[in-house]
Amino acid sequence: MSFWLLLTVNSITFGGLLFLLSAGFSLIFGLMRIPNLTHGSLFMLGAYFGATLVGGYLGMSFDFWIAALLAALLVAAFGALLERFLLRQLPGQQLAQVLVTLGVSFIVADFCLMTWGGDPINVATPDALIGFLRFDALVVPKYRLAVIIIAIVVAIALWLLLERTRLGAMIRAGVDDPDMARVVGIRVSWLFTIVFALGAGLAAFAGIIGGPILSVYPGLDQDMLPLALVVVILGGTGSLLGSFVGSIVIGFIYNFGQALLPELAYFILFLPMLLVLIFRPQGLFGRFVP
Amino acid sequence: MSARLIACALGIVALITVPYWTPGIYYVNVASQILFYAIFALGLNVLVGYAGLVSLGHAGLFGIAAYAVSYALQSGLGHPVAIIVAVVVGLGAMALYAMLSLRATGIGFIMITLALGEIIWGLAYRWISVTNGDNGINVHTRPEPFGFSLDSANAFYYTTLVVFALAVAAVAVFVRSPLGAALAGTRDQARRMNALGYHVWAIRFWACMFSGLLTAVSGILFVYYTQFISPQTLALTSSAEVLLMVISGGAGTLLGPLIGSALVVIVKSVVSGYIERWNMLLGIIFVAIVILMPEGLVPGSVRLWRLCWRKAMRLRAAKTETPP
Repeated sequence: MSFWLLLTVNSITFGGLLFLLSAGFSLIFGLMRIPNLTHGSLFMLGAYFGATLVGGYLGMSFDFWIAALLAALLVAAFGALLERFLLRQLPGQQLAQVLVTLGVSFIVADFCLMTWGGDPINVATPDALIGFLRFDALVVPKYRLAVIIIAIVVAIALWLLLERTRLGAMIRAGVDDPDMARVVGIRVSWLFTIVFALGAGLAAFAGIIGGPILSVYPGLDQDMLPLALVVVILGGTGSLLGSFVGSIVIGFIYNFGQALLPELAYFILFLPMLLVLIFRPQGLFGRFVP
Repeated sequence: MSARLIACALGIVALITVPYWTPGIYYVNVASQILFYAIFALGLNVLVGYAGLVSLGHAGLFGIAAYAVSYALQSGLGHPVAIIVAVVVGLGAMALYAMLSLRATGIGFIMITLALGEIIWGLAYRWISVTNGDNGINVHTRPEPFGFSLDSANAFYYTTLVVFALAVAAVAVFVRSPLGAALAGTRDQARRMNALGYHVWAIRFWACMFSGLLTAVSGILFVYYTQFISPQTLALTSSAEVLLMVISGGAGTLLGPLIGSALVVIVKSVVSGYIERWNMLLGIIFVAIVILMPEGLVPGSVRLWRLCWRKAMRLRAAKTETPP
């Protein structure tokens, strides 16, 4: 019994991480109409930065949460630069932009391999969250609960940002109709940079938060990117609710698949995608077919 | 036109005489690699260049054919049967792949093919009871068509060359056929083609199948060349490499894939002598070509050549026109 409950908790935790990763992916897709293929790399970069800061490889060891914020900010800055100096060279050429993000993902992956080597790095769980909480038969690691709470808080914060602020209204306008948004005086090109940086920062934050669970290793980017893709294909592009529901669904399928059919876990992810593509190509909550 | 014919004739002679003018077996093997990757790139080019559909999962299809050969051989089938099985399995996988990914075009097609390619990779990597996981599968022998052993580098090279020539001919026929013309139509004006009564989806589907055939053939050549297949061959990096071949050579040209393949294979083998990994360089070349020479090396050079030629002619005309 507790096996199933624990598996459920793990699934929700993983879904929370996936949400942090795919919310930015989905927003970037919604606004810029491109799948950002560096997203897995940004996740991995955040995890490596965080691991370096926490592990004290720079002479001093940072607090986990400060390290997470610093890593997220660093990667957000990297994302902004990437958007400003590379993607901006190819305005309106979505295909070329996708290929550039693909090229950059290889550069980042090789950079990480050169800098941090091929061995997995474990990220220490923050001291306050070591240990378990007991609810009758169910024993839950505190850290996993914390990840779930963080994901929910970020989801609410993103929702407030998008629905209740001026910037959010501008982003929504840009997602719905970029040309019209330009006409009414919104600097859509700046929105691109802001959303790209925000998405990059969220991915990096997910990377470091996921560090104590997944650890950091070369190839992490290639493990996470398809998951983000599947979440977005499932949930629909540009929809926050879509990424949330998609992440939880994929979190469950992935974890249960790994526990029950470890050899085919990756393949099982394919089934919901298949169903969605056949019956609802725009995704569960999407408004347009990409 | 004549300059082009001469260039083609020279190219053909150069390809036929590779074992005689290259300094050693190593180079003949590099030439074989260039040729079977060129077949792979030809296959992808049918989609990228002529159908306007960028597939990022082709390494998965390539790998499926290669795995099919090794699996069939492992289960005791002979080479001819293994090859037929691989082609059939490759085409079946392509049909499924096409039916799923053709739900979308453009960016959506890229996303779906990328996800499918990664899923195939994940299967190869984790489905250990069939694929032997990261350890891969060895293929111990090469086939002997009509009693002609392919074990020597030269024999393998010439076989690959013959298959390559057939593939180029097939693509040339395909492009000039009504189906090829219709395919170009669906690339440029899908809605208009639809209004004219063409079945856009079916045209794209058959283009995918043709691409899948070439991909499977190259996958079979690959696995007989390396005599080993592991999930690494199916990774996103491989899909990106072959896409780089297509784009750098010039998407939608007949010989672009050969040039792109030569560029990538040569750079890769030269560079691997100096650095351990070449992903960084691959990424940099990729970004540079997309930003600086988006039309590819062949059309890019042709454009530059025409520009210079016209300028030279204009100069000459200006000279003759000036009164003495």
